[in-house]
Parts: sequence; C-alpha cells; structure tokens
Amino acid sequence: MIRSTATLAALAFGIATAFTAGTLRAQDVLIKGARVHTASEAGTLERADVLVRGGVIRAVAADVAAPAGVPVFDAAGLELTPTLFGGLSGLGVEEVSGEAETVDHSVALNGPGTVPAIEPDWRPEFDLLPAFNPRSAAIGVNRVAGIGWTVLAPNAMPGGSFVAGQGAAVRLDGSFDAALEAGRSLFIDLGSDSKALAGGSRAAQYMLLEQALREARPAPAAGMVSMVPGHGLLTPLGRETLMRYARGGRVVFHVDRAADIRQAIALAQRSGFEPVIAGGVEAWVVADELARAKVPVLLDALENLPGSFDRLGARLDNAARLHAAGVPVAFTQSGDATHNARKIRQVAGNAVANGLPWEAALAGLTRVPAETFGVADQVGRITVGQRADLVLWSGDPLEVTTFARQVWFDGKPASMRSRQTELRDRYLKPAGPLPRAYTH
Amino acid sequence: MQRIFVGAVLLGLVAATAAQASERKAWDSTYEPLPSSTTVLRNATVLVGNGERIEGGDVLIVNGRIERVGKGVRAPAGAVEVDATGRWITPGIIDVHSHLGVYPSPGMRAHSDGNEMVNPVTAHVWAEHAVWPQDPGFGAALAGGVTAMQILPGSGNLIGGRGVTLKNVAAESYQAMKFPDAPQGLKMACGENPKRFYGGKGQAPMTRMGNVAAYRAQFQEAQEYRRNWQAWERRQREGTGNRRGAESGGAPATPPKRDLRLETLAGVLDGDILVHIHCYRADEMAVMLDLAREFEFRISAFHHGVEAYKLADRLAEEGVCGALWADWWGFKMEAYDAINENLLLVDRPANGCAIVHSDSSEGIQRLNQEAGKVMGHARQVGLEIAPERAIRWLTQNAAKALGIDAHTGTLEAGKMADVVIWNRDPFSVYAQADQVFIDGALVYDRSDATRRPVSDFMLGQEVQP
Repeated sequence: MIRSTATLAALAFGIATAFTAGTLRAQDVLIKGARVHTASEAGTLERADVLVRGGVIRAVAADVAAPAGVPVFDAAGLELTPTLFGGLSGLGVEEVSGEAETVDHSVALNGPGTVPAIEPDWRPEFDLLPAFNPRSAAIGVNRVAGIGWTVLAPNAMPGGSFVAGQGAAVRLDGSFDAALEAGRSLFIDLGSDSKALAGGSRAAQYMLLEQALREARPAPAAGMVSMVPGHGLLTPLGRETLMRYARGGRVVFHVDRAADIRQAIALAQRSGFEPVIAGGVEAWVVADELARAKVPVLLDALENLPGSFDRLGARLDNAARLHAAGVPVAFTQSGDATHNARKIRQVAGNAVANGLPWEAALAGLTRVPAETFGVADQVGRITVGQRADLVLWSGDPLEVTTFARQVWFDGKPASMRSRQTELRDRYLKPAGPLPRAYTH
Repeated sequence: MQRIFVGAVLLGLVAATAAQASERKAWDSTYEPLPSSTTVLRNATVLVGNGERIEGGDVLIVNGRIERVGKGVRAPAGAVEVDATGRWITPGIIDVHSHLGVYPSPGMRAHSDGNEMVNPVTAHVWAEHAVWPQDPGFGAALAGGVTAMQILPGSGNLIGGRGVTLKNVAAESYQAMKFPDAPQGLKMACGENPKRFYGGKGQAPMTRMGNVAAYRAQFQEAQEYRRNWQAWERRQREGTGNRRGAESGGAPATPPKRDLRLETLAGVLDGDILVHIHCYRADEMAVMLDLAREFEFRISAFHHGVEAYKLADRLAEEGVCGALWADWWGFKMEAYDAINENLLLVDRPANGCAIVHSDSSEGIQRLNQEAGKVMGHARQVGLEIAPERAIRWLTQNAAKALGIDAHTGTLEAGKMADVVIWNRDPFSVYAQADQVFIDGALVYDRSDATRRPVSDFMLGQEVQP
C-alpha cells in the first residue's frame, strides 16, 4: 500500500488536462473519498478522489475539486477498484449450460449426429466473438457483482479438436460493441482431459500440432507442397489463422501437469507462439522456468485436490509460490466459470489466505490479466487516461462479505439490477393480496 | 454356596461379553473416538451453534464431551490449556450433502461410485458400501473445519439409495468413520436429472409426470410390504405365527420375503431413515410435500433447493430444511431462478431451517465462506445476520436434518466435543481453521504437520515441495 505525496502529486497533475470544455454528461463523475486500489505502481491510496470526464479517468488524487457540472459521488468509507476480470469464461456465449441450444462456446463439426462428417475438424479459425450476446442474463448477474470484463474461451469438445479456437476479451457493459480486439487469443487444450481428441496419447497432441504448423507455413521452396491434399488438418483459412499465431500471436494453453507445461512452453518457443498457461495446477513445480520465460499463469487458487493424475501436485499456495518466483499470476476458475464468474474474487481472497500478497491478488483480477491479454491500455488500472471502468465496494473487494455498491463503465453508472435482484425483490417483500406475479 | 454364586456371576459375565460381541450387527459403526485429553480453550469468541455468542468465552472438554461453555470456566488440574485469545470457536461444521469417497479425488472411472444408474429406483444400494476412505478430500474438508458429513448417492435416479453420516476421521474402513447411531438417509431426486438420463434412452421416466408416478408406485409397494411385515410380526408376538398356527389355518411360519429395495422405503415409512430430496424448483418441492402427505412420511430436507425462497414459509411450517448453496446457478433450467439471498429467506420465518451444503469437494472446504457471502448479501438489502445466527446454518441445522442434533452441532454441555478454533471471524475469506477436535481429540492442527492426516493415496507422490 503506497501513500506517497510525490505519487499523489504526480497523479494530480492529470487534472490539468482534465478541465477541457465539456457539457454535463453521464460519463462525468467525481468519486470522492474512497480507498482507491489503483492496481498500478501507485498501489492503494487510502483516501483519494477519482475524476472522470468523457468516460476517461482524468485525475486520481487527494482533494480534487469538482469541476462545474460534474456530479459528485460520495464514496467515503468505501473501496474503489477497476472493474474485475471475470476469468476465462463463456459469458455471453452460454445461457443455460445444460441446454445445448443456448450454448455456443465450442465447435465440434464432427460431433455426434453430424452426417455426413465435415472434414477437416481442425478449425483454429473458429472465433467465439460473433456468438457473443451482450444481453445475456448471466452478464447482468456478474456485472452487478463487479465483473467488468472477461476473455471468451472456447472449449475442446468431442468431435472437434483440442485446438479449441479463438476468443477475445469483452467488456460486460451490455453494449454490442464490447470486444477488446487486442485480446484475441488462440486456445489449445493439452493433457489428459483432451488427449482423446488426439488419438489417445498426449504425445500425439504435439505430433498433430507440428503437422498443422507444417501445413500452415508457406511452402519452403518451389515444387514442395506444404500440405498433402486429402490428409490435411487445416482449411486454407485455418492455415492463415495458425500462421498468424505462429508469428507471435497469443496462445493460451489449458494445461496442468508440470511436464506438460514445459512441453507447451517448448512448443510455443519453437513455433513462435506467445504462450499463456491456463489451469496450471502444477505450475508451481516449474515456477522458475515460467518466470525465466516470462509466461503468465491463469489459475484457480481453490484447486487443491488431485482431481486427476495431471493434478496430483494441486496446492493452495500455487499462486503464492508462482508470485514469489516472479511469474505473473492471474485468476480464472475451473468450476462454473461462466454463471459464477463473480466467484473469482473469492478465489483471489483464498490465494491471499494462503500466502499471496493482497496487492498481487488484486493485480491478478485486474492489471495482470489486462497485460496478459494486451488490453492494459483499456482496463485493469485506475490511472489517468484509462477508461473509467470502476467498481465501488462496501469494503475489502476480496472479502466474501462485501458487495459491489456501484459499477461504472466509461464513467457511466451501470444499472445495479439483474434478473437475480428482480427475483430477490419480488420475494423479499411479504406476500400481498395478489400473487407475486403482480409485483414487478 | 458363595463359590457357586461367584461361579454363576463369572459365567454370566462371559455370556454377557459374548452377547456384546455378537450385538454388533452387520454394517454397524465401529468408530472409536481417538485418544483425547481434558482440554480447556480459553478466551475466544464462542459461537455456541444454538444462536448464542459468548465473548471471552471458554470451552471445557472432558472425556471427549463438552463439559462446560462460558466465561471463567474452572478446569480440572492438569487440563491442557489452549489460549484462544482473539480467535473464534465454533462447533464442528457438518455438511449434509457430500459425495466424498463415492466420487473421490482423483476422479478416475474406477472411482466413480456415486450413481447406480441402471434403474431409476435403486433404493437397495447404500452409499457407504462404496466410500473410499482414502479420498484426499476428507482431509481437505477437515482443514475447513468439517467434522461430520452425510455421504449420499448421486441424483441420477429418482430414488438413489441410502446415505450415510460419517465422522471426518482418518480410517481404513468406512465403518470406523460411521457416526454411531446416526440414522441413514434416503436420497431422492426431483426434476431434470432422472428424466433426462432415462428419458434420453427411451425409458421411464421421461417427464416429471413419470417421475412422480414412479415415486408413488414405489411407496405404494412399500406400504404393502410394510403391512405384510407388521402383520407377521404381530402374529409372532401373539403366538399365532408358529407352526401350530399355520397347521390350524393361521399365519404362515415363515416371514414375508425380504426385499432390500422395499426395506429401505419401509424404513422411511417407519421414520427410521430420513428423506433427503434433490429438488430445485419450488413447484416440485410442493409436489414432493404432497407425496409425503399421501404416504405419510416426513421429508428432512430439500437439497439444492435453488427456488426454496419461493416457498420458505411453507417449508418452515412443515418443518422441512432447505440445504442450499450460496450462489450456484444457471447450469440447467431448474437452476435458473437462483438468488443470492436464498438461505436468508429460508432462514427468515419462525422455525425456518436453512443449511449451507456443498455437493462439492471444493465447496465442503469453505462452507463458512459460503455463509459469509449470504451475510454480505443480507447486508446489501439492509438485513444484518449475526455470526451466531449464521453458524447455525453450518452446525445445528445440519445436525437436525441428519438426526444427530442430540449428539453434535452445538457446543452445549454433554454433546460430543466436535470443535473448531478459527484464527479469526470464520465468515471471512481469510479465516483458517487453526485446530479441529472430534470427540475431544485433536485431529487437525494447522501449525503441526504431525496432526494433519495424509491419505495413503498422497504418500510418496513425486510432487511434494
């Protein structure tokens, strides 16, 4: 927790540029007196004001005067953070998990019932973004809990490939233009959970990836073909897509076993991918290697049981050990990552209870995932020039007994209503003379 | 004379001992409390579990039982003194819905023992016969303060079989974990799971109509079965069921044929087996309450009950508990109408019985945090739930639903000394169980590795730091 006057002064300097002529807009607000967790080098400011104009943070300092016409939000005694990262999820591409017609987070062109089979079934060009529905009830439920953005992550499915496809970062402000395109990533699932899609051996996952990369690369010389017709894994578009990632694109490897994490990094290094590890249950075993290779890890800090032989090394202090070794740590969930994306702050809180410094845990919900997915200029910090995506909490944002009092996107207050609060309010009141269906 | 008398007494003793040995019926508990010392825990915030809270309170444990709880408790000479200043003490946490041991870690196919999905009614199977005591999840739950739990069959079947209540002690057999004299549970399931699985195969049940028709047919059969047995037992008592009776046209000498499926359901009708129903929707809970009315049995708790808040008053009136999650939702249609305040609203009416349950090897480790979330949401709507009230959701109410509230679930004198010392307010995300006692024995100590159980499965794995 940093509270240096120099820092405050430097931040306050932002005010000078903030006072441009502007009419009163909803995107203007002065949030006064909160304990401000900037998730930046400035750390936590015990009592500070955040000035937003035109949806952009213009000042973060003590005692910012309210410019004429800018509404003031009294936040004394409350805590302010950037909107939180909801982990890798299916928010907006999954409504009710058990009802397939409401779920779009996977492609399995050769899944059961597909007649005739569509070949090839490797579709790295598959991209979740066109399926994103910002009006999903699951988004509202998580938005009112302070979850402001997520990374859509496709899953490997039987009948598809363990190269699950692409996802992007999306803000959960409810707008149709919610994508943060820079966050687009390719997702590859490795290890025991997906090896059935590679003929039964995890070694074949690397074999097939090498084959696909060979197909994707331009023919090395005239007269040599890069793909044998009829036996290829990829479509022409798939080759283009994979090649783009082989030129430094971000590839998220879902992988848990320490030995597999090393193989994934080695594959990335020889193929030109920029690797991110997701899951990473045994990442602590290879913490130093991850730190040297500057590979971030997204993990579920609640995973402490040996759920499979890939996860025998599950430990509650995985996050703490990785952080201590210098690995950037962000959070995601292994369980119901979509509907209960809001649980991610409990995940972070438990990491703190098991040795992770509090500031690092908050960073794992804000700055670190933003940097990992290349969207740190938009989300993840409270600093001058950032878009004002903010959450005001009733207390410690990592504590289970606190709640989001107000959420802002681009400085505009979000509705704090969701399908769940509507149901709550209908049944919280005593029954009246008419059925509850008349209460709305 | 005297010699003969002594001899007779000795013979009597021998006979009694033999009788005692044979009195352990098949499947009875063999649990023995671990060695314990007279222990006094000093100067903590004590949540008694019955709604009371004592600041600066002491807990005295003698012979594995709670001897006294209060301020300035005098302890016998030689008692182990534990300074719990600044810490919190609660009863051991009880999870009414766990699949530890039947769906253990690692989740291999060979370990998948929770759902006998070959028939929608498998009332004859017992979860206890599949519990793998080496599941590392037991030790993890213990670190979360869990001292007892009910292991249930899964929800794939309409009537899934019998559940068992265990003490969370390390053992080589489930019998050595089995909570002495705890009633068994019957696991039933409403709604989507059974009809999806069997209907998907073109079998009954395919609809909720089929679900209810099947429950009714089963209980109707059980009523007849029970009547036949009752009639036979009555004749036995009246001496009309002997050979002479049969010869003279009376009752047959042989008892009715034993049927393990119907025996379970008859046990429900007798009130010996407690009914636990996986049921999400309010309207389906109302249907099940009428099923219970038709066949005159009591429902102990609705589990998962995502919509329990919609009929919280009815549940309280009928004395049925709601065993609930804090925030799970949306994974299927019947889980779509969740609210964060479900536990709060089920707890609200007089006689309301709200329970935090897990159904999860992760959740069981943090039932205290689940309750904490509900306390936060209560505050959000202007209601304050005191810790001494919330703890009941994890202890007293859970014990009540399992029929073990006379033995555990609160820190009242005479009860089993199932006790947790927390490093702080247990409803915080940062709270850790420092020490856990079961029947007064220290079975978990966060600061002493020799007092933490490690399952056989985890020994020697090449992954420990």
